[in-house]
Amino acid sequence: MRLRGSRYFGAALGCLALVACDSDEEQVTTAEDSAAYVATDEGGTAADFIAHAGDRVFFDLNKHTLSPEGIATLEKQVEWLTAHPDKEIVVEGHCDDRGTAEYNLALGERRAHQVVSFLVGKGIAESRIRGVSYGKDRPIEIPNADREEFWRQNRVAIAVIQ
Amino acid sequence: MKNIFSVLFLLLSVIASPLSHAEVLIDINRGVMKPTRIAIPTFHGASPLASDIVHVVAHDLESCGLFTLVDPKAYIQSFSSFEVKPRFEDWRLIHTQILVHGSVTQTGDRIEVSFKVYDIVSQQVLDQFALSGSATGWRQMAHMVSDTIYSRVTGEKPYFNSRIVYVAQSKRKRQFVRRLALMDFDGANHRYLTKGETLVTTPRFSPTEQEITYFSYIEAINSRGRRYTKGGRIYRFNLQTGAVDTVGSMSGISFAPRYAPDGRTLIFSIAHRGISSLYAFDLRTRTTRRLTRGNHIDTSPCYSPDGKKIVFNSDRGGSQQLYVMDPDGSNVQRISFGQGRFATPVWSPRGDWIAFTRLTRGEFYIGVMRPDGSGQRMVAKGYLVEGPTWGPNGRVIIFTRQERTGKTRLYCVDVTGHHEFPVLTPGDAVDAAWSPLIQ
Repeated sequence: MRLRGSRYFGAALGCLALVACDSDEEQVTTAEDSAAYVATDEGGTAADFIAHAGDRVFFDLNKHTLSPEGIATLEKQVEWLTAHPDKEIVVEGHCDDRGTAEYNLALGERRAHQVVSFLVGKGIAESRIRGVSYGKDRPIEIPNADREEFWRQNRVAIAVIQ
Repeated sequence: MKNIFSVLFLLLSVIASPLSHAEVLIDINRGVMKPTRIAIPTFHGASPLASDIVHVVAHDLESCGLFTLVDPKAYIQSFSSFEVKPRFEDWRLIHTQILVHGSVTQTGDRIEVSFKVYDIVSQQVLDQFALSGSATGWRQMAHMVSDTIYSRVTGEKPYFNSRIVYVAQSKRKRQFVRRLALMDFDGANHRYLTKGETLVTTPRFSPTEQEITYFSYIEAINSRGRRYTKGGRIYRFNLQTGAVDTVGSMSGISFAPRYAPDGRTLIFSIAHRGISSLYAFDLRTRTTRRLTRGNHIDTSPCYSPDGKKIVFNSDRGGSQQLYVMDPDGSNVQRISFGQGRFATPVWSPRGDWIAFTRLTRGEFYIGVMRPDGSGQRMVAKGYLVEGPTWGPNGRVIIFTRQERTGKTRLYCVDVTGHHEFPVLTPGDAVDAAWSPLIQ
């Protein structure tokens, strides 16, 4: 999962860089331009979310079932979201490019739904969560990517938006 | 805009016997390997368009792979007028098989193009034609000349006088920027339809080629005034007015739109709560009807040209395969068998083939199969090829080819898998849709 943070949160950006394996400033600016943004209060920030829960769940190629590692991450997210009941999130479903665009849009939505269902099943209000799919339209740029790195594209990323 | 639609005022008169009775010189269904040698001396006439038109015709015919141009420097005979008859022995000496000889006359804003197609071997005029129209539409007229020659020689319907809509892809700050772009088949009259504020995918032409439907993500602003993506839906773009309209107001993400052959219905997928099903939207009543149900992914629907069947992509059997059903969603039958995953089925405008993307053993293929799944064959292969779209004659296919480096281009290939060539675009291109022939 991946967080996209605003420029106001140096700590959040640092975490983004770590998670995305991509530490230059351009990536940071990109995040600001394109996606979700964090709240301002201490303790409820996107950085805090990443530090205490982690913002990505990975999937095997063409699959939407949660792995034990994924479930462990989601359990921590439930704890964090329970502790910060005023926070709203976007759950983004992503796929790698080793598939066709339309099918991958559907698969990304299915992955996002899998995560939303898990969170709701653990008591998080559905009204706080918005699920979207990016299919293969928002890849993580990995130069000279090998198969292992393609697997990293198969993810659900959660962003704190309010 | 004016240029593109000037073709509407173009008149075509054909002074010839019907094509169906004409002898076919090239059978493109047999996978022609050796191009026919064609000579096209500059048309007669004072108009500068005379040489421009010949240039476009030569490019069209050579790019399709069925023809190769005889080098004009080798020409022995030079025509002093349109009425002069060819000396067949002179053309045969330089191995010419087809000769096109024509004239262009311009009167004010009007031009008239007359030309004759000769078979050098049989020493006969195959046909003669005359076109007239607005001078601003000269490129369309040139493509019509190409179409006429192509049809006369192959016996097939043509495709040069057509347009392509596609997604122009670039990167800004390491994120994709995608704009809808429209151009003539040969890359001319290129223009962008959207500015790239939102990501767009899968544009499709309406049967009248005056409208495009496509998918776009929806951007929203949060309480702090920041943009984020909150979903995606289907839009319609009117090419004459530039007006943009949404399609329905459904829960979930609507995507993978395509027009019915009569232009009255859109079919597409809606992804909601982990399930993607097929729906039909009546453009007049603006009502939505659900066609498929079940806990699986159904997507990439496409009507047969007679509107009596829909082919689509589904994982209902456990892996991505192709299925055919009736337009009401009944009578579902699987048609793809074999290793790997099958996706993006597109019915040819002639109804005799379905083109698709196949993924197997880490490779991507563009293939064709009969509507019952028989006769499967691959026509292109690559690191990532996808998204076939049929030319107006149902004998050529454009698809997206992505290299390992990430570079993406459109390519054209014929149904036999021969004559693959790149489609000219200013930059990276994905997701093409080929228009019907411009009327």
